[in-house]
Amino acid sequence: MIQFVNVSKEYKNGVKALSNVNLSIEKGEFVFLVGPSGAGKSTIIKLILKEEDPTEGKIYLNDMDITKVKNRKIPYIRRKVGVVFQDFRLLQNKTVYENVAFAMEIIGAHPKEIRRNVPMVLSMVDLSRKAYCYPDELSGGEHQRVAIARAIVNSPPILIADEPTGNLDPETAWEIMNVLRDINRRGTTVLMATHAKDIVDIMKKRVIAIESGKIVRDEEKGVYENEISNI
Amino acid sequence: MRMKFRIFKNIVKQGFQGMWRNRGMGLASVGSITAVLIILGIVLIMILSINNVVVETKNKFDEIQIFLEDDITDEQLDYIEEQAKENEGVLSVIYQSKEQALEIMKEDWGENAYLLEGFETNPLPDSFIVKLKGIEYADSVVNKVQELEGIDEVKYYKDIIEKLVLMANYVRGGGLIITAILIVVSIFIISNTIKITVTARQREINIMKYVGATNGYIRGPFIIEGVLFGLIGAVLSILIVNYGYRYFFNTVNDKLYVLFTVYLVPPVALIKDLSIIFISIGMGIGALGSLVSLKRFLNA
Ligand SMILES: Nc1ncnc2c1ncn2[C@@H]1O[C@H](COP(=O)(O)OP(=O)(O)O)[C@@H](O)[C@H]1O
Ligand SMILES: [Mg+2]
Repeated sequence: MIQFVNVSKEYKNGVKALSNVNLSIEKGEFVFLVGPSGAGKSTIIKLILKEEDPTEGKIYLNDMDITKVKNRKIPYIRRKVGVVFQDFRLLQNKTVYENVAFAMEIIGAHPKEIRRNVPMVLSMVDLSRKAYCYPDELSGGEHQRVAIARAIVNSPPILIADEPTGNLDPETAWEIMNVLRDINRRGTTVLMATHAKDIVDIMKKRVIAIESGKIVRDEEKGVYENEISNI
Repeated sequence: MRMKFRIFKNIVKQGFQGMWRNRGMGLASVGSITAVLIILGIVLIMILSINNVVVETKNKFDEIQIFLEDDITDEQLDYIEEQAKENEGVLSVIYQSKEQALEIMKEDWGENAYLLEGFETNPLPDSFIVKLKGIEYADSVVNKVQELEGIDEVKYYKDIIEKLVLMANYVRGGGLIITAILIVVSIFIISNTIKITVTARQREINIMKYVGATNGYIRGPFIIEGVLFGLIGAVLSILIVNYGYRYFFNTVNDKLYVLFTVYLVPPVALIKDLSIIFISIGMGIGALGSLVSLKRFLNA
């Protein structure tokens, strides 16, 4: 599903964010990408989303080589990957329903399809009652659930979450984790970057640990591990 | 196909929304485009009118008129005719008496001929009219006959035509430069207007990118917004130039400067071409302004 082969990334300003990263994520997996701030987690995500190009190595998505693709093709790659960020990124002037429908309008979905899918994903993230609320009427957890609904409404095979619980209190964070776990159970591959030790330890999922741009550990049913402290 | 159409409809809708939300700055954009096109219109009308004069003059006056002194002798008369006929490019040499000249003038002036009634004696001289194959033969004929006895003055229109052509070139050159500068200014104003929409929608654009919107989908509304401003400017300037010029043309006509209006392009002949030119340029400026701002502020 996602494969990095000897990937290195040096930003234009000379920062070497990743060096020689190898990883392979299979269809249906739930994977935590852990490591301290500045380790290179977001860089890996940016490479998958084609926001950045790798300096060296190869990246495959669905067996397709996306190391070098034409700008014109990038939107179609992104449609295969739903994304959720720490800061939610909702449109304040649109309702919950509209925020989610927006993702479908952009790709030219049929209005009938929009009317069917949006309520469906909203009920999946337990937000049916808030469909006509605006973001400023929502709690942090609800914000993030809207963002997740938007990310999955076009049924991408992969869902990427970059520190989705970073702005949430522990209880709400679990609310989000349950939603992500549900989505993964329905067959979506989930990759989540985090430095929330508790969550990683309890979830018992595959853990890829990264430090200073290098993968230092990759294990099934892993834990966050003590020596990588939670900064 | 239907999907493409829905996407297109969305883009157009967003374009209109952008224009409406941004109507304050939009006014400046529309104003600048209107101004450019009005000036371009004036330049075009001037060029066309001068061209008209050149063509008309060339057709009417590929001839030389040799005005004769009153006390010319018959020998001198014959000699001048002979010398004139000898030249290359001369089709005919015709004698025109002062009485004939006055008749012709009266005909030319038509309903204003009464102005000529006031003269007690005919002020026009006798003359030879030398018809030429083309205006380019004029110089050699003039050189040959100019110094002969009995000639008062040799008149020909090469100078005037050359001056007119020169003037047309100046107007064209100057007009082009002014128009080009104004077009650049309008593109700048439009691009700043669009920048406001881009900035206002920066968040939305970012989200759109993550959700997989194509560049066309993201840029489309801005280009449409720019083109709409251009279109409004074009329509305004078409109305202003059309009615303004009609008014000018009729005023000049009414004030009896008939000789002048003969050479002005008639407004009706102008409107269609002018509309096409204005709409293309207006929309072009709008689209270009958007593209400039997208390049600078969207870097996508
Ligand atoms: N756009 C960028 N330009 C330059 N350096 C960057 C950029 N993005 C991230 N970096 C640097 O790359 C390194 C890895 O960053 P990042 O991948 O964001 O880490 P993480 O997400 O694990 O906190 C950091 O040193 C960071 O400063
Ligand atoms: Mg990060």
